[in-house]
This record gives sequence, C-alpha cells and structure tokens, in this order.
Amino acid sequence: MSVIVKGLTKQFDNQKAVNQLSFEAHPGQILGFLGPNGAGKTTTMKMICCYIEPTEGTAEIEGYDIRLSPLMVRRQIGYLPEHNPLYEEMYVKEFLQFVASIHKIDNKIARISDVIEMTGLGKEQNKIIGTLSKGYRQRVGLAQAILHDPKVLILDEPTSGLDMNQLVDIRSLIRELGKEKTVIFSSHIMQEVQALCDRVVIINDGILVADESIEKLSSRMAANQIIHVEFAQKNISSVIFSHIKGLSDVVIENGQFIFTSDKDSDIRKSIFDTAVSNGLTMLEMRQDKANVEDIFRKLTKSVPHA
Amino acid sequence: MLSVFYKEINSFFSSLIGYLVIGVFLISIGLFMWVFADTSVLDYNFATMDQLFSIAPLVFLFLIPSITMRTFAEEKAKGTIELLYTKPLTTYQIIFGKFMANFTLVIFAIIPTLIYYFSVYQLGSPVGNLDSGAIIGSYIGLFFLSGAFVSIGMFASALTNNQIIAFILGAFLCFFFHWAFLYIARMPVFVTYFDLFIQKLGISYHYNNISKGLVDSRDIVYFLSVIYIFIYATVTVMENRK
Repeated sequence: MSVIVKGLTKQFDNQKAVNQLSFEAHPGQILGFLGPNGAGKTTTMKMICCYIEPTEGTAEIEGYDIRLSPLMVRRQIGYLPEHNPLYEEMYVKEFLQFVASIHKIDNKIARISDVIEMTGLGKEQNKIIGTLSKGYRQRVGLAQAILHDPKVLILDEPTSGLDMNQLVDIRSLIRELGKEKTVIFSSHIMQEVQALCDRVVIINDGILVADESIEKLSSRMAANQIIHVEFAQKNISSVIFSHIKGLSDVVIENGQFIFTSDKDSDIRKSIFDTAVSNGLTMLEMRQDKANVEDIFRKLTKSVPHA
Repeated sequence: MLSVFYKEINSFFSSLIGYLVIGVFLISIGLFMWVFADTSVLDYNFATMDQLFSIAPLVFLFLIPSITMRTFAEEKAKGTIELLYTKPLTTYQIIFGKFMANFTLVIFAIIPTLIYYFSVYQLGSPVGNLDSGAIIGSYIGLFFLSGAFVSIGMFASALTNNQIIAFILGAFLCFFFHWAFLYIARMPVFVTYFDLFIQKLGISYHYNNISKGLVDSRDIVYFLSVIYIFIYATVTVMENRK
C-alpha cells in the first residue's frame, strides 16, 4: 500500500522529464529519492502531489489514484515543495492556522502548538515568516506539511542550504516521522540519503537506474574488490602475484599492496595462499567498501537512452 | 473556500492595501462630490448623487485592477500557488474564495459613501427631496459593476506572473468591457442595425439602465453572466498548468 508509482511519464515539449517510472514506498520506511539535478525528481514529486498532471501512467497514494481522486490524495499527503514557498508577510502561527483551516483540523490550537514543539519553532513562533532565517523557514515548511498528520510525507530537498546543526535537527525529525509514516525524501547528496534512508530509488534522465536497500546497493556495486595488504617483508616484487586469477591490478603504495580484482571474483584466498607459498608474513588484509558516493556517480554518469 | 477568503481578507487589512484602497476611493469620490467646483453637489443646485455614480466606474477602472493584480500573479511569482494547489482545495474553491475577498474589499470601500447619501438627503430643500429610488438602483448597479471588474481583473492576474502586466491588462479589459462597446456601436457601419445590440454587450449600457432606478432582471442576468464567464475563464487558465 502507501505509495505505488506505476509507469509515470511526463513529457515537456520534446523532452521526457520522467520516463516510465515505477516504484513503491511503504509505511515505516524512509525512501531516498536520488538523482543528479534535472533528473526528474521534482517533476515526479509534483505529479504524485497532483500539482501537475502526468502524460502517462499513474500513482496510487493510500489506495487513491492521483488522476481519479486528487482531493483525497492531497488529504493523505504532506508536501514540502522545493525552494519551500511560504507567505512571507504572514506570521508563523497565522500561516499554520490558515493551513489547519484548509485541512479542517479539529483541535487547531493544540495541534499547532504540538507541531511548533516538534519542529523546534518555539522561539520563532511569533515572528513574521519573511524575517526568519533559512533553517527556520524550512521548519515552517515542514510544520505545514505535517500539520494534518498525513500518512505520506513528500519532501523535496528538505535539507538544501542548511548548516550542519540545522541539518542534524531536521534529519532527526524526519527519522522520527519515518517511523510510522511513508516518507519520500529527495536529495542529490548521496551521504544524506545513506544517513537517513532505508531504501533508495535512483533516477537519471527520468529513468529508474536503481531501486533497492542501501546495503544491497553498496554490495552490488562493490563487485570490484579493492584489497589492501601489508606484509612484514619489504622489497617484494609484485610479479609473484601475477598468476592469481581475477586480479586486474596491483599497486604498491607506502609499502602497502593494493590489489584490485575483476568484477565478480574474490581474490582474497588466492592472495593469502600465494603469500604463504612464498613464505611471506601478512600483517594486515583489509577490503575497501566501495563508497556509496562512487556508486551514485557510476550509476548516473552513463547516460542511458531508451 | 472560507479559509482562502479569510486569508486574503487578513492580508488586505494586515498590510496597507486594504486601507489604501478604501482611502483612495473615498478621497477621490469625495473630492469630485464636495470640493471640485465643476462637479460639486454644493454648486449644482440639485440634490443628487449622480457625480458619485458617474465617477465611481472611472475610479474603479484603476482601483480594482490594482487590488486584483496580485491575486494570482504574486502567488505564481513566489511559488506559493504550489502550496495551495497541493492542499485539499479545488480550483473553484481557491478562485471563489479570492473573488469573494477582493469583492468584499471593494464593498467596504463603497459602504462609507452612504454617509454622502445622508448628507445630500439633509441638504435637499425640503429635506429628503432626492430621488432615493434611483440612488438605490445606482448602488445595485455599482455593486454588480464592481463584481464584474473584480472578475475581469482576476482573469488578467491569472494570465501572468507579473503584477504590472496583470494591472495594465486588467485595466484595459475593464475599460474595454465598460466603455468600448458604447463607442464601437456609434461607428457608421453599425448604426441603425447593430448599434443597440453592440451597446448591450458593454457594461456601461446595463449600468446606466440600473442607475435610472430600473432594476431589470435582464441587466442583472447580464452582470452575473459577465462575472461567471470571467471566473470560468480564470478557472480554465489556472487549471491548465503543466
């Protein structure tokens, strides 16, 4: 249930911003929606929130189709748009009251003070939105998105332009919200997604390039083993390892051997056996986890054309 | 719808706009009615309010587009329209809420002129010697005229995200629908066969009819149609987004 995107396509003039995109997001899970700038993240989110109409395909939010019942869809969703547009001339509380009245929230005053508490807006709650700093404006944007306690939260780059402290606060809030809600969270920063999300959907040029859990993604891409080995003996020729099957490269750096394997072959055992048969003493063997950042770059660098 | 209405009304009266609109309208109408020698009631020797009702459309021609120009243009320029559109509101609710708020502001500007009515009423000789029927009719006419201008101005604002363009376009369309048909009808080609028909397309024909104190259902239907057509056009424009 929750969010099911089915073959969503958006055509702008002669360019397909989003092309046959399908994925699912479930409650209690934070889905990172990742892609370089201009990949179609924002367009997809706008379609899910019924702001723009898809050219083809559809999406279901909590069982409501975005084409058939957009009003019901909007009731289920809390949306924080990119750039976080707000009514600058309004007071924080006045704005939240306006949003609460749209959603016809029963116990308005209590809910607003709860949300102000949750988002850490306490100090700034009586100010005009236009006078707030970027971090606090972002909190106001988040507050209006969660005010009606939606089942689905769609956040379009909620952390862009925040400083470290604000980032940590907002992230922990999102993590808290993600415990019971379905959160779709877009970003172009891989580390952030790594820190926050359970699953990642990566798109590039409007096409889905990956949809899996963070761990799986890292291990899938870590097919090229990189192994650092340190021996007790110095002045070892790298030629003795040249017979190992699947070895593609050996470099000696600061007295350490760095072995790189071919795709899909585990060379750790062969390295060890070779070392033993040559009477070498191994002090350290360490495998490098491929950085998720590298994976992201790898996945989105090659431009696939369908 | 009510939430949008309250929000708009609040924004008028928590900023200068609301007070400025009411003040400018009352001052300019007041000058024409009481101060300027050419049009002042005091020098006119008749107890009437004709000055108010002939000048008011001219003042509204500038004032109403300046109220309505921000309606959608500002929301689009600042991106807040996305916030509204992704809330559980229909386009009709958003547009009608905004229409009612703009319209209410104009009505607020008109209401204080009732004081002028009582002043002229007292100045009549004998007291109360004025055509109250015509004045009531004129107020009804002004009410509908402002409704029509508001819907036209909002349509102009929906077309662009630049407030200045919205203002100029709105003022032009108001001018066109109010006066242009009157003068087009006088062109030699149309005289004798089509002139009355073309005149009837314009707002001023119906406004003047009602101002005589003759509240005809046809005129009311005309005004309601103009308001509906422009609100409908606004909805169409606002729903047609990529």
